[in-house]
Amino acid sequence: MSRAVAHAAVVVVFASLIALAFWRLNYTWNWAGIWEYRQKFLQGWFTTVGLSCASLIASSAIGVAAALCLQSRLPIVEAVGRVYVELIRGTPLLVQLLIGFYVIASAIGLENRFVVGVLVLSLFSGAYMAEIFRGGLEAIPQTQRDAAKSIGLTPIQTLRFVIVPQAVRLVLPPVAGQLVSLIKDSSLLSVIAISEFTLNAQEVNSFTYSTLESYLPLAAGYLILTLPLSALSRFLEKRFRYET
Amino acid sequence: MKLEITDLTQRFGSVCVLDRLQLVTGTIGALVLVGPSGGGKSTLLRILAGLDLPVSGRVAFDGRPLPRDEKSLRAYRCTVGTVFQSYNLFPHLSALDNLLLPLVHVHGLSMAEARARVLEPLERFQLLEHAHKRPAQLSGGQKQRIAIVRAMAVMPERLFLDEPTSSLDPEMTAEVLEMIGELKSLGTQFVLVTHEMGFAKRVADEVAFVGNGGVLAHGTADEMLNRCPEARVRDFFARTLV
Repeated sequence: MSRAVAHAAVVVVFASLIALAFWRLNYTWNWAGIWEYRQKFLQGWFTTVGLSCASLIASSAIGVAAALCLQSRLPIVEAVGRVYVELIRGTPLLVQLLIGFYVIASAIGLENRFVVGVLVLSLFSGAYMAEIFRGGLEAIPQTQRDAAKSIGLTPIQTLRFVIVPQAVRLVLPPVAGQLVSLIKDSSLLSVIAISEFTLNAQEVNSFTYSTLESYLPLAAGYLILTLPLSALSRFLEKRFRYET
Repeated sequence: MKLEITDLTQRFGSVCVLDRLQLVTGTIGALVLVGPSGGGKSTLLRILAGLDLPVSGRVAFDGRPLPRDEKSLRAYRCTVGTVFQSYNLFPHLSALDNLLLPLVHVHGLSMAEARARVLEPLERFQLLEHAHKRPAQLSGGQKQRIAIVRAMAVMPERLFLDEPTSSLDPEMTAEVLEMIGELKSLGTQFVLVTHEMGFAKRVADEVAFVGNGGVLAHGTADEMLNRCPEARVRDFFARTLV
């Protein structure tokens, strides 16, 4: 059986089970009421796409910078990286968003919710990225650095030609997982009243009292974003594959 | 080459690996370092190759002392070649790309010049058909010979080899040693750390016995293997030359 057929079969089985559960519920669907709010869903979804794209890029950049801090031989730089990572990973995103928006952003006069949301989300995800990148860099054996040194590469060239190409292969799967989490975590930005996908679904629910009809499109909307990301990660893993 | 080492000391933390090591060779083509494991051979070779800075002491090749700052040391490393015990090659690059990397990005050759440069040694050492393979697809002996070609392709003043055959089976050891022998006959100067005493005897102009952080004895291969006054050295050869 080919892989595609196997995937399709599993999807059909799962979908049938869930459909069966819904059927047992004897639920009266109100899709007509939801359809009237399709523009709202669409607008929220595009906001989430924008938030996610901006945060994907920013959190990767923050992750790389923090990973380099964690690797630094200067104690103060290493400490900055370590405190950042532990503080962010050890506290809930919800609290970070509230403090980030209502305390820090208002203290420095930053009023744009979208910008604050992207910043907090990127700082949050960047801490996880930093540990993934650090793990990738440290997994490259010292002998590779020795070999690079012996042929006269500079430290920057060593990173570019030897360390990073090998580390990328190692960090791709966990980075893809982290980015998928990031997209779903963006739903928490509703607490600082950013009109993203989840907030719009919540509002539609409160207008129509049709909870399932409001949230099922939400699940589908996130899958449309996360599935291609997983596919891209698998494609890149294949491209970077080599035996060791 | 003529190597002069004075009071060379190297410490890792509180462990003193080289303790005021002294060595002055004649003007020779090949120096072989032998001795027990953990005696400081590899540490000495890493300093000679410009990979590590010693705590103190002076090292000079042909009267020119090794630099003490990282920038000049990197320039020095570009003028010599180093081959390690194993894992020399970059696993994500083909054998050919491993050879081209230093030529193009360190020595500033064009891609075409670099390719032309490595063609002859690849042919000479029967490696041409393996040029497009990744290291994982090569045998241990082939990997090590590619590593030696990479070190030689930049036309170094001399080569440093740190136990280049110790992770290879006897057949592959033979093919790598044969290659080193051929380089020697082509006039390549090198410093070699090895446990292959028979080979050491064949290629060495001088042999230095490194143990307990110093040079316990040194001389021609014949002097060292047959009539060394130092008892510990005689014992060592008696046990390893069976």
